[in-house]
Amino acid sequence: MIRFENVSVTYDGAADPTVRGVDLTIPEGELVLLAGPSGAGKSTLLGTVSGLVPHFTGGTLRGRVTVDGRDTRTHKPRELADVVGTVGQDPLSHFVTDTVEEELAYGMESLGLAPAVMRRRVEETLDLLGLADLRDRPIATLSGGQQQRVAIGSVLTPHPRVLVLDEPTSALDPAAAEEVLAVLLRLVHDLGTTVLLAEHRLERVLQYADQVALLPAPGAAPVLGDPADLMAVSPVYPPVVDLGRLAGWSPLPLTVRDARRRAGALRERLRDRTPPAGREAPEVPAPLPRPPAVHRWRRRRADPAAAAPAAVAEVRSLAVRRGRVQALRRVGLTVAPGETVALMGRNGAGKSTLLGTLVGLVEPSAGTVRVGGAVPHRTAPRELVRRVGLVPQEPRDLLYADTVAAECAAADRDADAEPGTCRALVSELLPGIADDVHPRDLSEGQRLTLALAVVLTARPPLLLLDEPTRGLDYAAKARLVVVLRELASAGHAIVLATHDVELAAELAHRVVLLAEGEVIADGPTPEVVVSSPSYAPQVTKILAPQPWLTVAQVREALR
Amino acid sequence: MTDHPSAADRSDHLPARHPRTSHDARPVHPAAWWLWSLSLGTAATRTTNPLLLALLVATSAYVVQASRPHTPWSRSYSAFVKLAVTVLLVRLVFAVALGSPIPGTHTLVTLPEVPLPRWAQGIRIGGDLTAEALLFALYDGLKLATLLVCVGAANALASPTRLLKTLPGALYETGVAVVVALTFAPHLIADVHRLRAARRLRGRPDRGLRGLLQVGLPVLEGALERSVALAAAMDARGYGRTADLPAALRRTTTALTLGGLLGVCAGTYGLLTAEGGTYGVPVLLAGVAAALAGLWLGGRRSPRTRYRPDTWNARSCLVAASGTAVAALLTAAAASDPAALHPGVVPLVAPVLPLGPAAAVLLGLLPAFLAPAKPPRHKEQPS
Repeated sequence: MIRFENVSVTYDGAADPTVRGVDLTIPEGELVLLAGPSGAGKSTLLGTVSGLVPHFTGGTLRGRVTVDGRDTRTHKPRELADVVGTVGQDPLSHFVTDTVEEELAYGMESLGLAPAVMRRRVEETLDLLGLADLRDRPIATLSGGQQQRVAIGSVLTPHPRVLVLDEPTSALDPAAAEEVLAVLLRLVHDLGTTVLLAEHRLERVLQYADQVALLPAPGAAPVLGDPADLMAVSPVYPPVVDLGRLAGWSPLPLTVRDARRRAGALRERLRDRTPPAGREAPEVPAPLPRPPAVHRWRRRRADPAAAAPAAVAEVRSLAVRRGRVQALRRVGLTVAPGETVALMGRNGAGKSTLLGTLVGLVEPSAGTVRVGGAVPHRTAPRELVRRVGLVPQEPRDLLYADTVAAECAAADRDADAEPGTCRALVSELLPGIADDVHPRDLSEGQRLTLALAVVLTARPPLLLLDEPTRGLDYAAKARLVVVLRELASAGHAIVLATHDVELAAELAHRVVLLAEGEVIADGPTPEVVVSSPSYAPQVTKILAPQPWLTVAQVREALR
Repeated sequence: MTDHPSAADRSDHLPARHPRTSHDARPVHPAAWWLWSLSLGTAATRTTNPLLLALLVATSAYVVQASRPHTPWSRSYSAFVKLAVTVLLVRLVFAVALGSPIPGTHTLVTLPEVPLPRWAQGIRIGGDLTAEALLFALYDGLKLATLLVCVGAANALASPTRLLKTLPGALYETGVAVVVALTFAPHLIADVHRLRAARRLRGRPDRGLRGLLQVGLPVLEGALERSVALAAAMDARGYGRTADLPAALRRTTTALTLGGLLGVCAGTYGLLTAEGGTYGVPVLLAGVAAALAGLWLGGRRSPRTRYRPDTWNARSCLVAASGTAVAALLTAAAASDPAALHPGVVPLVAPVLPLGPAAAVLLGLLPAFLAPAKPPRHKEQPS
């Protein structure tokens, strides 16, 4: 269906090709997962299938890509539109019209299908993707998962024979991701659609893939093969594969179910051991850099009860209304120094709003919020950065300057820190970021690190991260985990809103589950995630009923 | 025709087996709504009678309330009302501050007059404020405000994007480009809000002009990137596909369009010059016909089709007719009875509601009963 013949792509101004030596044939009706570390050229390879590379991005494509017999060199993307459906990383930048129904019809209108056909296919697609109740809704009011489904639906209606998806589940909560994947699987099974998708969160997708195309490193030739064979050598792998490698299982299990069948012996070996301690929240607050005396005086005047705060942040019966929507209601949360809390819940459950109230971006409509004794939305920004820092969902929002060095200098000025503080933090967190690079040209992981360093320059005792692992590969995620653990042991309290159950399992002392703006569970990580089917990490599912969360714990215990 | 669309509504939840059921409640054509609203606006320009103008505003407000669809665009009505009030206030402030040429005898207050140099003769700042001048400004401002409210009604009842979609095939692609440009502004505003919030996270003040200026560059950068991403997405979804047409047909299209435009120019010239009275009208008509034919042929170059196009049905006719009737009747009334439609301010008299024109304005209420809005199918959910 898709044939790559000795393809290499070199972008303008780049010294080396981004991908080279690609010789693959993807047969019809297969779900092929494109895996590899960041920067290995996954998006570029996906772009060559729809013709957007090089027709839209520029650069030079050598070799030949044919889709359903059409050569992308001679066919522009619009002439491939009836064969290839493409959904990019950000569904919002994909939408042309403003309501669901019109969006589903847009592609068919461009292709000139008969009105009766269009009408039928829109209805079919609405049913297939479970969007029937949303047909008249403006797209801007939909949740992330719904938008992703509309984006997929909008390319499905012309009945393309190939579907190309770039990280379709990375912005979604576990349940919504399952939903989207179920739809893809149905397309592959029922309609024989060929699906090529790239994804960093392999634990969500690997089990559904018929084949894996592995891009092992930047510029290296991809290998297409059986998922189990390739996972044995892959530099990126989900926890289930990690556990399988640790236990020496062969062939490697790819699904939790397969792994459970094999895990009898491992469970036996782990029976007498307990997960290593040290995951409990620190009882005694670690010493923190105290704010100058003036601030303490002000704080005392603001709230006499908080004279000796045991908690870095305290939220009591908080409610937030946005227009007619009740975003949060009766939310209570206390964060102690040195504690890491994971906020989890559906897209639109109110996680980001809660983080917003903690940094004063959102004004509560009822209840109280205290961060280091101050009321966030009434505190001047210059004061507030010393108490709390937020790394937003899109770290780029924080970065304005042209170069990393200028960004760091600005951060030092903003925080009244010693010149060089921020730069030293960047080098400490992730060595190898050059001074003169534009923040836009950094990789996702590097950009996140830079934003984190900018926020940490003011040494806030409370650090908030909104969806930090979106777009990060396993290596970048592992580095982030190490960095955040060190910060926590240095006494920083960390609150992270995330959909990534594996990250929460690695890091969090406590998990707070939100639903419809309310806290529905708040407790130590093992207690909360073990009991939940969608929020349990893979290792927990495999080794249940034993309370193991991560491969690292198992590795430690077996040593 | 005035059937409530609830039956059709329910059928939408059924699978695709009965695709035609929801056609029963076909919405009114957007052009009909625009014609109705703009006719009301035209009617507003025919009179300065505040009672008639208030009646026009009330009519449009009632119809908007009864018939507007549940889309984000339909909320634009209140924005237009606010704009109209602002315009009215500005007009009054100008009348108070700059004086007015209306001669008046009922002085309300005397403001201190700013002495101006000789070259600024004819301009006055401050001075006597008469009831006549104030009333004149009020009538005048009210006329403009009513016009704005009518445009707002058009926006709320049928968004301009829906109107653009009814363009002929050859202009459709341009229409889509305009639609995309229209959605650009809200995105830009959202970006500014987000980036100003991010400034707060950096410990910089998030308010004030400087804050706005500093996020300018990142906002434009982001907007540009999003445009490129959208262009790529549109291209990948087949935007701008062209059908292969025989060369002869393409040449005919070009010839017709160019010839038609030339004909329009020549015809207009003929109409405007003294000696061209004979050939002006026929050449103009021939030019328009040729240009339209060229446009129609050009539409065949684009293979695109329409999904559930808005059709011009009987209800659309009635909606458009009710608006046009209001405009026509008020124009006629303005010609036959100018005194009633333009109540004098010198001497000061209370305006009277002329019954005939008032009844004519009430004709504009017809759409509220012809095309009531569908009830929302579901509650709004948080995004």
